[in-house]
Amino acid sequence: MTTGTERQASVPLQDGAGTRTNETLPKTTTPGGPSRMDVQAAGGVPASPRTRGGLRLRFRRDRSLVLMTLPAVILLGVFAYLPMLGNVVAFQDYSPYIGIPDSPWVGTENFTRVLADPDFWHAVQNTLVITAFQLVFFFPIPIALAMLLNSLVNPRLRAAIQAVVYLPHFFSWVLVVSVFQQIFGGAGLLNQSLRANGFQAMDIMTNPDTFLFLLTSQAVWKDAGWGIIVFLAALSAIDPAQYEAAAVDGAGRWKRMWHVTLPGLRSVIVLLLILRLGDSLTVGFEQMILQRDAVGAEASEVLDTFVYYTGVQNGDWSYAAAAGLIKGLVSLALILTANKVAHIFGESGVYSK
Amino acid sequence: MSTITSKASASTSTARPPRLKPERPVWDEEPGTVAKAGKFVVLAVVVLAVLGPLYTIVLTSISSQATITQAGGLVLVPGEISFAAYQQILSGGVVTRAVLVSVGVTVAGTALSMVVSILCAYGLSRPGSFAHTPILFILLITMFFSAGIIPSYLLVSGLGLINTYWALVLPSCISVFNIIILRGFFMGIDRGILDSARIDGASEWRTLTQIVLPMSKAVTAVIALFYGVGYWNAFFNAVLYINDSAMNPLQVVLRSYVLQGVSVPGQVDVGTGAAAGPALQMAVIVLAMVPILMVYPLVQKHFTKGVMIGAVKG
Repeated sequence: MTTGTERQASVPLQDGAGTRTNETLPKTTTPGGPSRMDVQAAGGVPASPRTRGGLRLRFRRDRSLVLMTLPAVILLGVFAYLPMLGNVVAFQDYSPYIGIPDSPWVGTENFTRVLADPDFWHAVQNTLVITAFQLVFFFPIPIALAMLLNSLVNPRLRAAIQAVVYLPHFFSWVLVVSVFQQIFGGAGLLNQSLRANGFQAMDIMTNPDTFLFLLTSQAVWKDAGWGIIVFLAALSAIDPAQYEAAAVDGAGRWKRMWHVTLPGLRSVIVLLLILRLGDSLTVGFEQMILQRDAVGAEASEVLDTFVYYTGVQNGDWSYAAAAGLIKGLVSLALILTANKVAHIFGESGVYSK
Repeated sequence: MSTITSKASASTSTARPPRLKPERPVWDEEPGTVAKAGKFVVLAVVVLAVLGPLYTIVLTSISSQATITQAGGLVLVPGEISFAAYQQILSGGVVTRAVLVSVGVTVAGTALSMVVSILCAYGLSRPGSFAHTPILFILLITMFFSAGIIPSYLLVSGLGLINTYWALVLPSCISVFNIIILRGFFMGIDRGILDSARIDGASEWRTLTQIVLPMSKAVTAVIALFYGVGYWNAFFNAVLYINDSAMNPLQVVLRSYVLQGVSVPGQVDVGTGAAAGPALQMAVIVLAMVPILMVYPLVQKHFTKGVMIGAVKG
């Protein structure tokens, strides 16, 4: 344990980024841990146990820093790590009246039940269809919009448009769905003007067949504008000299976009694609809950809502927890795999090893 | 960015036809009329798609009953203006209480989140400090694996937080992503400044409050906005953890009035000069928007800075 911490903690030291004082310097030269000599040379503190002296010294030096991280670590411990342990209910026949310690253990029975449940697979299918659809019809929009904005030469116009398109990201899903309801709903603006002009009213907000389009347009309205911020940052990092050189070599507008702009965006695109793929199983949870009454469960059931309705609403806690745990583990596997693939293609990915 | 403009303006003064826009670099040819028109149309559609719905909703909320009836629903052309809808929903009752709950949770929650996050980000801003890497790992793991709805619900109910405002604050109190952005910014602060503070005898706490924080106003404002918006917009946590309708935040009330068709109190007595149903609904929507519209312009200009640093250093 001690050596493990030592080794991990000293990794950043090797590149010299964190050499804040002289005391830590000798450590980088002795990979086996600090010797008595190092410690004494550094601070003159008598080191009683050979291996712990350095640690103790560093703790004394950094204790206020460690103390500062404590509230966040405690909050995460309680509200992120404790629930991870709480997943044991997936292996039980949990009843809230008996509690986790006394509920009977059933092994993997819940998992076999979930995996044999057609409703579960229906939710999986819906989730994946929505993810795939949004990958095609949502993902490229911020990229295109960012390139379009970047091509504007008037900085004030650009800033003004940016300010407008970022805005809906800060609205809640309730608000976004409400706005759509007012515009496209049965009594909304669109149908109001259709009827006024003698046309048939259109059924948009409650039609399960077109729900996929509705979901995606809501997502685009809310988040496509915000999505450009990362691409704009990447675009501004492209050296203008590259464009200049390409132009001198006779590359036109489209050639420059293809050979300079898009390669400049490549690593950001890959990074966001990984994040999206890792999140494949998470789609518009609040959107679904808000519109479930309108379009029905058939079209709006995704994995998260499946877990919520079977667990919290119907009280089948263990069953829902098993479904949730499957989702969490598959998501973890997905993001690790996506990242691995990114490394193979020479991109840095979400984390680097 | 600044290099582009400076270069461009330098070249205008020397050998550029005056007709061109000054910001366009020399090597970039002026786009054709069709391309320009296309760009204009696309951007106009985008801006309209965002602002159009907001315009008609705000306008309807401040229109009188007669104007709304005449328009047949949502109002596009300003008619008679009336603030009856706001008077009605803000003079006590469900919506007023929901606004108070939301404001309270947002203010208290954001304050708590900011204190915890800034402390944690500063505590982790020095690679090589004691237990730095293990603590960072504890944070990062939660970005890759989350426990799920069921265990989280069981925990909150096990802690006895159901039907308390704590349930709206504590589970969503820290966002690791925000901490990483803050940490990235703190790490970018010149080490010389911090070292000289230390030599002058300043403790870490003092360095943080008197040197680091004043230097990080922009990023702190952005993160505070992120947290504040998160609390203000929180909907599902309230659905999950709050059963007492008197404790509902505004988003839940908005849902029941606008999406679930529950009638807004006062909506029925149309004949008595009270505000019309649509106006009341719109007024609730606008109330849910207003705080964001107020804070957003102040913070918006710092976005690129804050998010960019997070992206680079994170």
